[in-house]
Amino acid sequence: MTMLPQLFFGYFAAAIIILSLLVITRKNPVHSVMWMLLLFFHIASMYLFLNAEFIAAIQVIVYAGAILVLFLFVVLLLNLKDELETDRFIGSWPVGMLVSIAIFASVAAAMQSFVLGQKGNFTVELVQRVTHTKALGKLLYTEYLFPFEIASLILLIAVIGAIVLAKKRMRSH
Amino acid sequence: MVPLNWYLLLSAAVFSIGVFGFLTRRNIIIMFMSIELMLNAVNISLIAFSHYLQDLRGHLLVFFIITVAAAEASIGLAIIIALFRNKNTVHVDEMHEMKG
Repeated sequence: MTMLPQLFFGYFAAAIIILSLLVITRKNPVHSVMWMLLLFFHIASMYLFLNAEFIAAIQVIVYAGAILVLFLFVVLLLNLKDELETDRFIGSWPVGMLVSIAIFASVAAAMQSFVLGQKGNFTVELVQRVTHTKALGKLLYTEYLFPFEIASLILLIAVIGAIVLAKKRMRSH
Repeated sequence: MVPLNWYLLLSAAVFSIGVFGFLTRRNIIIMFMSIELMLNAVNISLIAFSHYLQDLRGHLLVFFIITVAAAEASIGLAIIIALFRNKNTVHVDEMHEMKG
């Protein structure tokens, strides 16, 4: 029974890596979006495993529910019939592979000398007692009120920007 | 108990896959999805740090990252639609107007 968390982590880590590889290698963008939907659900379960149930809910609602639907709309809006006949990667893809392997190797090497810092006040028992959403909300509306206001401004800019960019040019003359 | 390093390695792996997709795919929509992949990789490591340090600030950071990702996705997809309307392609190697 003591192996259960490791088994759980092993399944989800393997699934997340395989699904992200599928996302970037599929030829049809609709298939990529569908694999990404599955990937986001796996990442949400990983958050649940780490006692972050509110973040898991946001992951499903915002990422899977809003962002991916937006992606799907755009993929279906654009007519991508020639997509299936052309190459999926640019000619110099080994360079990209080298860069990504270098990034992974440097992170893995830096991890050898990593030491965890001092622990904070929010133990698992405390968060379970006051519930995760309430603890997060209290922190968000007191200590992080200013970033919260800035986030609302970012969303406003996104709304205006999306309308301005995507609307058809008016024929003025 | 799963060690923290496993989560960090998973996060690094997903991030590198995202970098690979961003650098090598021709389709700009898939490049955009690679950016989302990288953001998710960072989110995994933030939540793992937050759990092992018994602090909720990492969760708040993830909250803000998801907000910014939503804004970024809407603006980026609007740019892609405008680009497709003007150039009639989504392949980045066929767009070279900004070359000096």
